[in-house]
Amino acid sequence: MLNTEPNLAAPDDFYEALLAIHQDLTPEQARIVDARLILLLSNHIGDMAVLRQAMERARQGITPAGQDATITIRA
Amino acid sequence: MHIDYQSLRFEYRRSPDQSAAQLAHHPVVVVGAGPVGLATAIDLAQSGLRVLLLDDDRCLSNGSRAICFAKRTLEIFDRLGCGDRMVEKGVTWNLGRVFHRDDPVYSFNLLPEGGHRRPAFINLQQYYVEGFLLDRAGALPEIEIRWNNKVAALGPREDGVELTVETPEGEYRILAEYVVAADGARSPIRKAMGLESKGRSFRDRFLIADVRMKADFPAERWFWFDPPFHPNQSVLLHSQPDNIWRIDFQLGWDADPEEERKPERVIPRVRALLGKDAAFELEWVSVYTFSCLRMARFRHGRVIFAGDAAHGVSPFGARGANSGIQDAENIAWKLALVLRGEAPETLLDSYDSERVAAADENILNSTRSTDFITPKNESSRAFRDAVLDLAKDCAFARRLVNSGRLSLPSTYCGSPLNTLDADRFEGLMVPGAPALDAPLRDGDWLLRRLGGGFTLLHFGAASPVMPESETALRVVNITPEDDAEGLAATRYDARPGTTYLIRPDQHVCARWRRFDPEAVRAALRRATGRG
Ligand SMILES: Cc1cc2nc3c(=O)[nH]c(=O)nc-3n(C[C@H](O)[C@H](O)[C@H](O)COP(=O)(O)OP(=O)(O)OC[C@H]3O[C@@H](n4cnc5c(N)ncnc54)[C@H](O)[C@@H]3O)c2cc1C
Repeated sequence: MLNTEPNLAAPDDFYEALLAIHQDLTPEQARIVDARLILLLSNHIGDMAVLRQAMERARQGITPAGQDATITIRA
Repeated sequence: MHIDYQSLRFEYRRSPDQSAAQLAHHPVVVVGAGPVGLATAIDLAQSGLRVLLLDDDRCLSNGSRAICFAKRTLEIFDRLGCGDRMVEKGVTWNLGRVFHRDDPVYSFNLLPEGGHRRPAFINLQQYYVEGFLLDRAGALPEIEIRWNNKVAALGPREDGVELTVETPEGEYRILAEYVVAADGARSPIRKAMGLESKGRSFRDRFLIADVRMKADFPAERWFWFDPPFHPNQSVLLHSQPDNIWRIDFQLGWDADPEEERKPERVIPRVRALLGKDAAFELEWVSVYTFSCLRMARFRHGRVIFAGDAAHGVSPFGARGANSGIQDAENIAWKLALVLRGEAPETLLDSYDSERVAAADENILNSTRSTDFITPKNESSRAFRDAVLDLAKDCAFARRLVNSGRLSLPSTYCGSPLNTLDADRFEGLMVPGAPALDAPLRDGDWLLRRLGGGFTLLHFGAASPVMPESETALRVVNITPEDDAEGLAATRYDARPGTTYLIRPDQHVCARWRRFDPEAVRAALRRATGRG
């Protein structure tokens, strides 16, 4: 079960640290850092059900406006 | 004796069917003498059926196509009587290594335990595989092969399918009770029937080069992400017999396939990998785009689709020909029973459900690998790069690196042919699973003892006596002395009395803690579509 109740002892410290690792990064560099962070945290959590809940919440309210580079085919 | 299977040309011969007053009648016509059609024909012939195999061409496959043949495929080839030749000629390998830039990041052993007759993989050019299958087919009088016989049209009838066949001497017609369409990815039969195979294609191009050279790379699968000799793209290296090496260079979507095929473009790429003084010759070069797709259903009445005609995958994972060979053995025993009147025609629907599920498993694995190798958007690229970076010092990330999850046979979990367990068992040999091999006394092997046909595999001091059943059933008893290393008992979680019912394609369909002829009879009825 994904815990969405307060769980961080010092929320402001956490938030500052999160911004600090992105300081002066280009969007591309920031994307790399975020990707690494998500992977590290996901492995730490380990529980697939929790991860799926978090993924679902993260994706909420976003309507895709881009397109993946795959092509539907019929042969 | 060395045979250059690539350059063999087979003779077109006129068949009496072409001038017959009445439509010649054939129980099974297999269309396409690729690996899948050949394997299907051999399997059918081994169960005593007369098979007509038609191919529109008069040669075997050439160039860079399949090279990696998996353990299960080799076990099937053993049953088809040509496994030894394949393994003797092939390059045996079990180990895969993945590099990021210059650094090893991950390696996997596909057969970490001993006690198996066959290795995880051999590499062998597709033309050898087809050549050895063809030689085996030639030894079976039940098989007739007609080269330069192209199926041009087909029409369903009450009692069969009427095929129109084109030859250098014009058209003729025949009637087939059943047709196995193993006519490849472009499947003219699929088109003629107004059917389609649907899926997705990846925006990427791959240069596949077969290079002849003396080199001392080990017999392993080597895969590089972003190596210094081919920056930002991936490279795959495999060893093949006759000093041929397969090198796949990822090129990206914008590459020009015509230009990239030219030796002046290919040679520098190969040099970059091998060193500037390397001596080599280009054997074959092609540029591919890959797709994952399948037909909605594989059985359409009396026409059954198998191999690339029914489904397609990207080659990372070597799941194309390997899964097609499993289609072949799945359909062969079922068709044989139906044609002999020993099973209802609805048994063929289980081919559809079992092999559609298997195709989905292969497509899933192959799509995941391709999504890793060819990221489909900015985020997938960022995660891929992050995984490769973390893999240097974080063990968890190595398991996420996906350069191909290599072909494994499917377990037919939900198959209607299975009898659910009533007794408790541990381990992998659940109903639907492909039977595992194990070493037996005097250099024998469990799968060799099982052979084909329905088999009752019993563990105990004495063989049980099975009363006559409607379907032929052999009993194979494994005594503790036979199972000298105890591996058979371990792999099958067997105790004295443990009994397995094994299908002709060596998949488990039922098991019990003790032999009960009535239970066996009921399971056999179920496994033949009569229960
Ligand atoms: C670069 C590359 C690498 C690959 N690597 C691997 C690998 O390592 N391992 C693996 O398992 N798979 C691999 N594959 C896939 C593998 O090559 C195919 O899955 C396999 O050839 C499919 O066999 P098939 O018998 O279904 O079809 P095919 O081999 O395509 O044979 C079809 C046959 O039907 C004949 N035919 C077509 N139309 C008609 C007609 N109208 N009448 C009569 N005959 C007809 C054709 O002439 C042909 O002989 C690879 C593929 C590629 C392209």
